[in-house]
Amino acid sequence: MSVVTDPARPAVVGEPEGPKRRRRTGSFGFNTISPREKVARYALLVFVLLITIGPFLWQLSTSLKGSGEDIYTRIPRLLPAQPTFDHYKAVTDTIPVWDYARNSLVVAVLVVGGNIIGASLAGFALSRLQFRGRRIVLGLFLATLVLPGEVTIISQYVTVREFGLANTLFGVALPGMIGALNVLLMFNAFRALPLEVDHAAIVDGANAWQRFLYIGLPSVRGTISVVAIFAFIGAWDDFLWPLIVLTDPDKYTLTVGLQYLSGTFANNPRLIAAGTMIAFVPIVIVFATLQRFFFKGVEEGAVKG
Amino acid sequence: MKGHGLRYNRWFTPWVLVIPALTWLLVFNLWPSINTVILSFTNARPIGGGTFVGLKNFETLLHDEQLRWALLNSVIYMVVCLPFLTVLPLLLAVLVEKKLPGITFFRTAFYTPVVASAVVVALIWQWILDDRGLVNGLAEKLGVISGPLPFLSDQWLLLLSAISLTIWKGLGYYMIIYLAALGNVGRDLHEAAAVDGAGPLRRFVHITVPGVRGTMILISILISVSALRVFSELFILSGGKGGPGGRDNSVVMLIQQYSQGFEGNLGYASALSIVLFFVTVVPMLILARLNRKGAEA
Repeated sequence: MSVVTDPARPAVVGEPEGPKRRRRTGSFGFNTISPREKVARYALLVFVLLITIGPFLWQLSTSLKGSGEDIYTRIPRLLPAQPTFDHYKAVTDTIPVWDYARNSLVVAVLVVGGNIIGASLAGFALSRLQFRGRRIVLGLFLATLVLPGEVTIISQYVTVREFGLANTLFGVALPGMIGALNVLLMFNAFRALPLEVDHAAIVDGANAWQRFLYIGLPSVRGTISVVAIFAFIGAWDDFLWPLIVLTDPDKYTLTVGLQYLSGTFANNPRLIAAGTMIAFVPIVIVFATLQRFFFKGVEEGAVKG
Repeated sequence: MKGHGLRYNRWFTPWVLVIPALTWLLVFNLWPSINTVILSFTNARPIGGGTFVGLKNFETLLHDEQLRWALLNSVIYMVVCLPFLTVLPLLLAVLVEKKLPGITFFRTAFYTPVVASAVVVALIWQWILDDRGLVNGLAEKLGVISGPLPFLSDQWLLLLSAISLTIWKGLGYYMIIYLAALGNVGRDLHEAAAVDGAGPLRRFVHITVPGVRGTMILISILISVSALRVFSELFILSGGKGGPGGRDNSVVMLIQQYSQGFEGNLGYASALSIVLFFVTVVPMLILARLNRKGAEA
């Protein structure tokens, strides 16, 4: 039972550090790397770092610059001369940013929960249990991947409206609560478990539920975390769908609220900067904390070309 | 798949497990696809109602000037994004592939723009590209330009700004997909080529690129489809207005506009959705065909 082979979390201990692993991934330069190449690589890495992270730092710096400070100067300063948190206070005083954040969190939690439960149940059944119609069901899940979500967004809205859920947070969360892609990811993860484990459990008298709970789930934790991270980020960052569903300003999620923020404070970039940082920081913290699982999962096949 | 799954359960157990996901699939994917077609023949409004109007919506499509701009923008978007986003992320993946000290930090940092909401990054860029923002400020200081460039108010500059934003935000995403693929490119090939005296550039062109060819085609499909579906970047950078005279709209922006308010028309929005569907299917078919041809050759 200890032989777990979740593609997103191989149980082989310490593999990424092992020599075997290094042999497989290293493709440039071989056993050693020349000091010159090292310097060149780090220089490039830092250059790209400036491009990817620079704009965020600039926004953070703007949000901290004092009101008396000239933010339009031709000689841009990254470090604020009069650092202050005033603009964060001003933003939260004028706009219910914390309510928006709470709304975003509610939606994200519903979507994450729904996907973990719904996708792992279906993924398990489709890969580990035999039943008539299994292939057709699997085909249906695959077929929907071709369809861009925006194509059906209008009729999805009509459906949600008919349920009486237009302009509610539950209506925002509902359609995304079990994603077809996540079902397929879980299907793949469960499929990688060796059949012998199931046989042994059946001999021991375990029924389908017990096999799901005690054998299946614990060995696909890696893929579950990838699904959870993607679901959380997707829900937290989503803009178009909540924009269509929500009309009531006190139900806005952060992204929708921020967009109005930019209209309201068009002439004070410091306030907009503070608002964007409030939306940005939580997701960075979530990602930075879980990035270990994420990169492992992605590299090991959760997203394979 | 063969050999997997065992029949040691009651017949209904699998269905109990599958039914939640299947319900979602039917209610929120399959039914909306059918209903989009049905709605496109009606004049349904955001506030209920809707009667059959025949082909009227599709006739309107033909004369919709905004749609023509939106389609042109989409094609430009796709054509510019494709080369940048197929090549740059591959170079990045090669750069972060080597397990140097601190490489995890760089990988995570390069991925940050992907994790951030498109709304957040578009607001950040809006400030950077502002008439008095960082880019114009620096350019003026260096004497490259005499007055600020209207990145956010000129029709073409606005489109270009949104495209650059999309490319910047997409780098890390495609980098990760390439990184997964690079793991499968044989190291022995590189070693053999190096012994034969091939430099890093030649090895990149003749070993790395062919090795990730399949991934490259997958990525081109992903880029094309997401370029055609662009919404948030253009919406935020144009302040929700779609640029001067609404000439910087995308198809999805038009769909969103018709979904709301008293001017809303869900029937027409559905007809636009059908246009969007056919537009996104085309690059998928072309690239899938290319893939098959390349595999035969």
